[in-house]
Amino acid sequence: MSSRRSRSRQSGTSRITDDQINDLVSKLQQLLPELRNSRSDKVSAAKVLQETCSYIRNLHREVDGLSERLSELLATTDTAQAAIIRNLLMQ
Amino acid sequence: MSSTVISNPVTNSDRSKRKKKKKSLQPKDQNNPNNHIIKWKSEAQQQIYSSKLIQALNHVTISNKTSSPSAPRGGRAVREAADRVLAVAAKGRTRWSRAILTNRLKLKFRKQKRPQRVPPPPSSVVATGSSRSKKTRFSVLRLRKSLPAVQRKVRVLGRLVPGCRKQPFPVILDEASDYIAALEMQVRAMTAITELLSGGGGSSSSGGGDSSSSSSSSSAAPPPTS
Repeated sequence: MSSRRSRSRQSGTSRITDDQINDLVSKLQQLLPELRNSRSDKVSAAKVLQETCSYIRNLHREVDGLSERLSELLATTDTAQAAIIRNLLMQ
Repeated sequence: MSSTVISNPVTNSDRSKRKKKKKSLQPKDQNNPNNHIIKWKSEAQQQIYSSKLIQALNHVTISNKTSSPSAPRGGRAVREAADRVLAVAAKGRTRWSRAILTNRLKLKFRKQKRPQRVPPPPSSVVATGSSRSKKTRFSVLRLRKSLPAVQRKVRVLGRLVPGCRKQPFPVILDEASDYIAALEMQVRAMTAITELLSGGGGSSSSGGGDSSSSSSSSSAAPPPTS
């Protein structure tokens, strides 16, 4: 196969072994909440990548929502620290 | 300094509000790639991030009050501050953090990109004569990596993670795993701060709700009426 040909020609500094790819994909899979429980041999790399992309988008959306809430909460106060202290004292 | 005095009650309350994370501060394995991901799940890192974020939010609120800045207002400013503090918390060890700092602050000062810790792929890879030399710059041993579906998704992933548009496949995966862990910590910290700012009492929907409501009920003192 052409892949084997190119592999033999490469120098050793940048050769990425298949094990490394598998390790990275499995490490990524461990981070994803949906795929953490399923076995790695049943989950293809494409699915892991797809879940990764959607998970990152979800996290971005959450951060945006939290930022909006925080900006609304902070809009009425002078500093964030003062608001926190005020809330701590009021509890 | 007043900032250190003020931040103490914040960290104390944050510690009591947040439930214990399952992963302790000790790394569960000694592999190098996993250590920095474990770091994002630790309480200490979250508290460092929270206190820095609160200080950054002070600047955001003050600047929004005093002037009408050309910088984006409202949620966008908070988001950018949160991302910037997250990148600072990463201590510049990852590409996405360096990319965030370079992009956000390039109007004020340019941050020199540090020399890459991962050795960059040599350009001689392109000259191997493989028909897919542009996309698969590393040796393709399994069909999995050379699938066009996988390639497409890796490119999409590279666009989602800041600073990784043109990086090769394993770099993108590595950066993505660290970025996801950092984003999760960011969500946890901002949720805790939001609860703190919105009173924290009563029912809360997020994970730290149980401990926060219990602590607020136990420490609730009658308001001084005299």
